[in-house]
Amino acid sequence: MAATHDATVDQASAGGRSYLSYSPHTLFHAAARRWLTSWLFTLDHKRIGVLYMFSILASFALGGVFALLVRTELIAPGPTIMSRDTYNQMFTLHGSVMIFLFLIPGVPAILGNFVLPIMLGAKDVAFPRLNLLSLYLWWMGAALFVFTLVTGSLDTGWTFYTPYSTTTRTAVVPALLGAFILGFSSIFTGLNFIVSMHTLRPPGMGWFRMPLFLWALYATALIQVLATPVLGITLLLLVVERVAGIGIFDPKLGGDPVLFQHFFWFYSHPAVYIMILPGMGIISELFSVFSRKHIFGYKFIAYSGVAIALMGFLVWGHHMFVAGQSTLAGIIFSAMTFGVAIPSAIKTFNWLSTLYKGSIWLATPMCYALSFIFLFGIGGLTGLFLGALSVNVHVHDTYFVVAHFHYVMVGGTMIAFLGGLHYWWPKITGRMFHDGWGRLAALMIFVGFNLTFFPQFLLGTHGMPRRYYDYTALAKNHPEITTYNVLSSLGAYLLATGLTVVLVYLLVSLFAGRRAPANPWGAATLEWQCSSPPPYDNFPAPPAVGDPYDFSDIRYDPQSKGYVKETQHTSP
Amino acid sequence: MMGLFHLPPMLELPCPGLLAQIEESFWLPPPASTTSATVDNLFYILLGISIFFFTLIIVLMTVFVILFRRREGVEPLPSPSHNTPLELLWTGIPLLIVGFIFYQGFTGFMDLRTAPRQAYEIRVVARQWLWMFEYANGHKDEQLHVPVDEPIRLVMRSDDVIHGFYVPDFRVQMDVVPGRYTTIWFRAKQPGEHDLYCAQYCGTNHSDMVTKVVVHPPGEFEKWLAEAGNLFKNMPPAEAGKQLYTRRNCQQCHSTDGTAGTGPSFKGIFGHKTALEGGASVMVDENYIRESILEPEAKVVQGYKPVMPTYKGILSDEEITDLIQFIKSLK
Repeated sequence: MAATHDATVDQASAGGRSYLSYSPHTLFHAAARRWLTSWLFTLDHKRIGVLYMFSILASFALGGVFALLVRTELIAPGPTIMSRDTYNQMFTLHGSVMIFLFLIPGVPAILGNFVLPIMLGAKDVAFPRLNLLSLYLWWMGAALFVFTLVTGSLDTGWTFYTPYSTTTRTAVVPALLGAFILGFSSIFTGLNFIVSMHTLRPPGMGWFRMPLFLWALYATALIQVLATPVLGITLLLLVVERVAGIGIFDPKLGGDPVLFQHFFWFYSHPAVYIMILPGMGIISELFSVFSRKHIFGYKFIAYSGVAIALMGFLVWGHHMFVAGQSTLAGIIFSAMTFGVAIPSAIKTFNWLSTLYKGSIWLATPMCYALSFIFLFGIGGLTGLFLGALSVNVHVHDTYFVVAHFHYVMVGGTMIAFLGGLHYWWPKITGRMFHDGWGRLAALMIFVGFNLTFFPQFLLGTHGMPRRYYDYTALAKNHPEITTYNVLSSLGAYLLATGLTVVLVYLLVSLFAGRRAPANPWGAATLEWQCSSPPPYDNFPAPPAVGDPYDFSDIRYDPQSKGYVKETQHTSP
Repeated sequence: MMGLFHLPPMLELPCPGLLAQIEESFWLPPPASTTSATVDNLFYILLGISIFFFTLIIVLMTVFVILFRRREGVEPLPSPSHNTPLELLWTGIPLLIVGFIFYQGFTGFMDLRTAPRQAYEIRVVARQWLWMFEYANGHKDEQLHVPVDEPIRLVMRSDDVIHGFYVPDFRVQMDVVPGRYTTIWFRAKQPGEHDLYCAQYCGTNHSDMVTKVVVHPPGEFEKWLAEAGNLFKNMPPAEAGKQLYTRRNCQQCHSTDGTAGTGPSFKGIFGHKTALEGGASVMVDENYIRESILEPEAKVVQGYKPVMPTYKGILSDEEITDLIQFIKSLK
């Protein structure tokens, strides 16, 4: 009963040519010959994922600069570094860039694109050309946003509420068209993922043998495909009203401004789940792998993601409790909102139970996973305050809301994204990053984040409305308003420093990092069976499919400093 | 309708007497209206629930991470990967808790939405970027004056974009939406002053759309209203204009000391020629000022954006004349 390396691992360590240096899948034949065109016209899901990574991280940095400008303006009451109009543009651009260019595409387009086909043991997604089109659409949409930046900017808030958005003089139309095009990028990615998961699963991988990250991407894709068209229609209606003066939302033209909010949140609330569900999928993977234990309650986690996706369509009105919708509608939406809280609670308890009797390794990705529980816990629990009708009336449109959604979107999605990025970084780049720096940066981000956003809950409960340029009038009777704002701004600088540290050591790892073994973390999902980085067609032969969370036959191999799968030979 | 939704007494809030005593705290400003307590009580209950569950999660997580940390060469002990009764339990318990929270939020909301029938009515107009409160005798004021301990019902409309009426001390908020009326009610507990904010983003000077609620002691409100209605009648026009300059929020954009704001300063402009956007110029006289107040975008001073909203319907002819006298006096 001698144990030897699995055949696929042998092949991997022998090292097929990596997708980074050799990738003949391009849109047309000649493109493969030159380095630049072999990337720009690539049909390889891994290369598309890498292109998304550079583009989306650049947007993230841009949105981060806007955030720092906003926090610097708010470091003291009264005008600080910019004018009223500039401030209004800064928070608008911060929100729009972060949401449309980072949070919505972030996890699916970068990590999903890279990992999904390999997790399925497939060579690519179902429609590689559509995948490339999604990337091009993303680039077009992003270009329109940047165009908006240089031509008169945008000052509507990312929510585009009418009739302000139909009457302001800033470049609303290019921004709307940008968001419209980005929507199609999102729809096509979702469609591609759904079809891939239906058609490309290898023999032996039933639905309940799929890694939970794929379940999460599936639930996300359902929302992308079903909700995004509504956003597209809404934005087009807004363009029609602005350009042609047809009354849809502006009461001066016979329209209804609250109708816009219904349309907008019908997409934008489910979009919150487009942002958080893939993050939850990553967290499920991390908890299991770094506890070296089967994920607890696989089916409850899988179904709760789908439940969130479906119920997420029925709660949009909770953004409008004081917006002028009927009292009855408010009551129904509040009840539905509490319903959608349950699946998130289930997931949290399941993740905790996964730790129980595990073998917990506090590597950088796991630090982010634990950080996620802390921050998403606060984000989720403060959601109860906002879902409760009477309390909502007091904290509606205040910094309490700002703090809440940053705890969910940054403390949840961004932290999960960073966890996933570190987890799959060796697979994507073939290099190991410095784990010590990784854990230090994770700590800085955790502390900086809490320092930025926890005081904002207090700003909100003390009544500071969001999107305020100047809080002199508030600070006159409530000096603590200034204190909380100063703390928040200082936290933002610490958070930005932590993120810069991440950028630096990840870039350093590309040149100086240790070469990554095929399976550095001891994970059981399929992507760890091919080499790091994977060869252009992922698997030379179809991989053996097992339970994605069964670690019993995965052993540490000191020679390769990674993990290998042991198989027991029953035949000579 | 309320009767239908009332639970038997044993399911009502646990010991409301105890909770009602919480005044100002680290979390919330002092409650100043009769309905504040319903909001605050639920807030503190939620705070308790949140702290309990958050502590539970974080303590469990920390204990597990320490107890089951990775040790060289030690494989984890076998443990179950699911437990249906346990999972149903942690589905069921949160469901009961959120059901309770929903019910409390719902009844509190009905209290906030249902104005007593005999409430005193004040009309509210929100516009970029000021509040106007219209009283029964026709007086318009930039501050909200109310009598203490009397239910006040506000009927609100907007002249331009969406605004948000928000008085944190009263725990009341409602959007003011163009093209429809929205209403809100409250009953102030004690005489005093409270901040009133615009909570819905409405453009350039959103954060300047701040005013006060003045709560008058018993009997004083009627006196104030009678006096306020006659305020400008016994005043020299330039003095009345000066009052209007601050009360109608002209000072938000136009200074009187020569510094440029969102709009040009009023200092020393009267009787002088000024250059306009587009190259022409105009003599600043009575008619130009009147035109600029009623049709602000007709002739915009060079170097400024056409962002001023019209004051048609906000300022009467008499008030415009007073303002012109005030501007004339700024040499």
